[in-house]
Amino acid sequence: MNKFLKNMTSGANLPRFIISSFFLLVCVMAVIVKIPFTTLMSDTLVRFAMNGVLVLAMVPSIQSGLGPNFALPIGIIAGLVGSVVSFEFGIAGFGGLWLAIAISIPLALIFGYLYGQMLNKVKGSELIVSTYTGFSIVSLMSIGWILMPLKHPEMTWPLGKGLRNIILLDNSFGKMLNDFFSWKYVRVAETGNLITFFNRTDKYISDLYPNNAAVVEFTIPTGLLIFFFLFCFVVFLFNRSKLGMEMRAAGDNPKFALASGINVDKMRVLGATLSTVIASIGIVVFSQSYGYLQLYQAPLFMAFPAIAAILIGGASTQKAKIFHVIIGTFLFQGLLTMSLPVANKLIVEGNLSEVLRMIIQNGVILYALTKVGGQE
Amino acid sequence: MKNDYVLEMNGITKDYSGNVVLNNINLKVKPGEIHALLGENGAGKSTLMNILFGMPVIHSTGGFNGEVKLNGEVVNIISPKEAMGHGIGMVHQEFMLIPGFTITENIKLNREITRRNIVSSVFRSKALEFLDSEAMSKDSRKALDTLNIGIDENAYVSSLPVGYMQLVEIAREIDKRNIKLLVFDEPTAVLTESEAENLIGAMKVIAGHGIAILFITHRLDEVMMAADTVTVLRDGNLVVSKPKTETNVMEIAALMVGRELSITKTVKTEEKEADVVMSLRNLQVNMPGEAVKGVDLDIKRGEIIGIGGLAGQGKIGIANGIMGMFETDGEITINNEKLVLNNTIESYNKKLAFVSEDRKGVGLLLDSSIEDNIAITAIRVNGDFLKKFGPFSFRDDSKIRNHAESMVKELDIRCTGTKQETRRLSGGNQQKVCLARALTIEPEILLVSEPTRGVDIGAKQLILDKLRFLNKELGMTIIMTSSELAELRSICDRIVIVCEGKVEGVLKPDASDVDFGLMMSGDYKKVKVGGIA
Repeated sequence: MNKFLKNMTSGANLPRFIISSFFLLVCVMAVIVKIPFTTLMSDTLVRFAMNGVLVLAMVPSIQSGLGPNFALPIGIIAGLVGSVVSFEFGIAGFGGLWLAIAISIPLALIFGYLYGQMLNKVKGSELIVSTYTGFSIVSLMSIGWILMPLKHPEMTWPLGKGLRNIILLDNSFGKMLNDFFSWKYVRVAETGNLITFFNRTDKYISDLYPNNAAVVEFTIPTGLLIFFFLFCFVVFLFNRSKLGMEMRAAGDNPKFALASGINVDKMRVLGATLSTVIASIGIVVFSQSYGYLQLYQAPLFMAFPAIAAILIGGASTQKAKIFHVIIGTFLFQGLLTMSLPVANKLIVEGNLSEVLRMIIQNGVILYALTKVGGQE
Repeated sequence: MKNDYVLEMNGITKDYSGNVVLNNINLKVKPGEIHALLGENGAGKSTLMNILFGMPVIHSTGGFNGEVKLNGEVVNIISPKEAMGHGIGMVHQEFMLIPGFTITENIKLNREITRRNIVSSVFRSKALEFLDSEAMSKDSRKALDTLNIGIDENAYVSSLPVGYMQLVEIAREIDKRNIKLLVFDEPTAVLTESEAENLIGAMKVIAGHGIAILFITHRLDEVMMAADTVTVLRDGNLVVSKPKTETNVMEIAALMVGRELSITKTVKTEEKEADVVMSLRNLQVNMPGEAVKGVDLDIKRGEIIGIGGLAGQGKIGIANGIMGMFETDGEITINNEKLVLNNTIESYNKKLAFVSEDRKGVGLLLDSSIEDNIAITAIRVNGDFLKKFGPFSFRDDSKIRNHAESMVKELDIRCTGTKQETRRLSGGNQQKVCLARALTIEPEILLVSEPTRGVDIGAKQLILDKLRFLNKELGMTIIMTSSELAELRSICDRIVIVCEGKVEGVLKPDASDVDFGLMMSGDYKKVKVGGIA
């Protein structure tokens, strides 16, 4: 028991231990201050699945020895470009979603390859270089979004040039995965009855019960969950492949890899490329669930919550497993979802949840970075 | 009372957790004497010096037994700073100089001569005083003149040739007013021959000023040139300590190496008439600290060939070069086919396998399981242990497991199971995992470097027996690099001694200690040809 406790609180597991305790505390508080627990859990589930793929993008990066991918915005930009181009074609539904992903992947392949090549030139300073690469590409694309020759009226500013800050996806591929085979438990206000809807959109329900006559109490976003776990499985399979094993060996011990005839530089490029590709798909999944595309400065800090999530899950800057992604994303997103309403009940004014998010997110990253190269 | 000896070390004994590294060593150094301290790697020279300088490594491991006397007084030195206070100086093998500073600044670093000024008077702080450059230059000039160096004391160290840097270090030491004893730790290792001669000249000058010198080296000809007294250590024991005039190169060489060998090897009487399986021509390997500078060697099929020599001479570099681990030049032919250099996978394709000398750094994935460690190279090189699904190939867990289990049994790897992380294994078992990994790719030629370093005796025996078995029963050619001569002599058919990046000579395992000693110190050719003894 003592050993178990020690193991739980040591090294990379310490943040997970603290956040888990905190998460439980917030859950208890939510019950005490009488916030409807089902809605909170429902939101947690959705946010877990929509962020999951972005967090998964950290895995190949860490495994190939590049550390957490602070340049996640590169992949995000590729995904966003894919999305706006797909939007321009005006294909609604899954067609739009698949098209967005299909355009994103080749872009991400190119970006990721170049990014990996660059990282091979700055060995030892990957973390700081990738952070600023991420920042730079976001700024560069801020110009790009204005200059993009896209014409769709729902996407461009009504006056002047360029794309909008926020693009509504309702008429495109918004919520496609979330609603696919979803279960929605709806409370009808008048009667108090609980009705179950299968594979229906929110719009369908609100049309059925206009003027908020019914609220969705609990959603199981089946399609979103399937997509996320499918991706986890693909990464798992990759880890078991010849290439995956070689990449992990290269990340684990470059000298060992060299002595086994593995081209370490190539494996690092592979890790960077895979990470970027997964990130580009991740942002498409994120956006469809969110219902909007966020351009310009929005991707700037998107790497940080993803990094924090995988670290909370128990990964370090050198080791990461898919299990870390699942547990970490759930804890991190769960805590954020839960703490906002709880904090608002306790302290009415202020923006406590956002402050809390910053403290946890940056605190965990800082903690992980202090462990780099330590612990022999 | 005036004492005869500037330094006396009496009955020094030191063990690291039961492992005795120094056993009852006595060392006496007179003022103005050049005292050479000789021994192989691991003979205990460094430990003795660490004791003299009060290095923390000594005191954190339980101190030592015996007494150290300076000028007849027993002293208890517990830090290098204190040693300096007692007038003991050290000239390092690697230069401890700041390149961007002038010679004077380097000599006077942290011992600056200063003048008071208003600010320092107000704050009463010595740290705020002005530097007295003139006085400092004068002092440096004096120190440089003592060594007969004609260079400008205000030149930048970065602009000096290597040989002079060493002399600046010495100048810094003799500039210390109370210096009584100077330790030179292999000072000539990085110098050219003429620079080394300069240095020896300088040492004689210093000794002429009454400063005692402890000269640690393994170049016997320099010892004969410079030293007054010679002390030889071997395996932590004092072998001999006598005036140079009473000994000669041959004797010292034999004393350095000679140990009661229980040669377990039944020396093969019949000369093997085997063909050459691998030949090296002008092999150069740019491995830091173990550079190979042009090795020519033919390796016969089915032999165990040993590569020996002192640390830093390049023996380690040969195997690393063949495997393409470091930048390599020259020509390697395997089975009459040229090997593509600097390409590890090519070396594997030529049926080579490699057990690295750096077990933890290169040999293992410390956080991975035993079975993964054993399998990964074979997966990479031969595509073993894989299941195919269309264009994809995935690892075959059961095959990997079965193979690892049979290896664990075969090599007697002590573990809780094949899933155990290699980090948790003892040194000997880690080494067995490395060996298992190399054998898994079924090589024709096996390169093993330092297979028994940091390995307990039981595992050592097993590893050596296994190598012998592989050679005898499977006809595997084995190239074994080791710092332990006795070990090489016990299993090899021929032993190549490498010195200064080149082959000094090839010996039979039953050759005399003198020959081995002379070759290791690089004096074999000189003695046999020139006859400096």
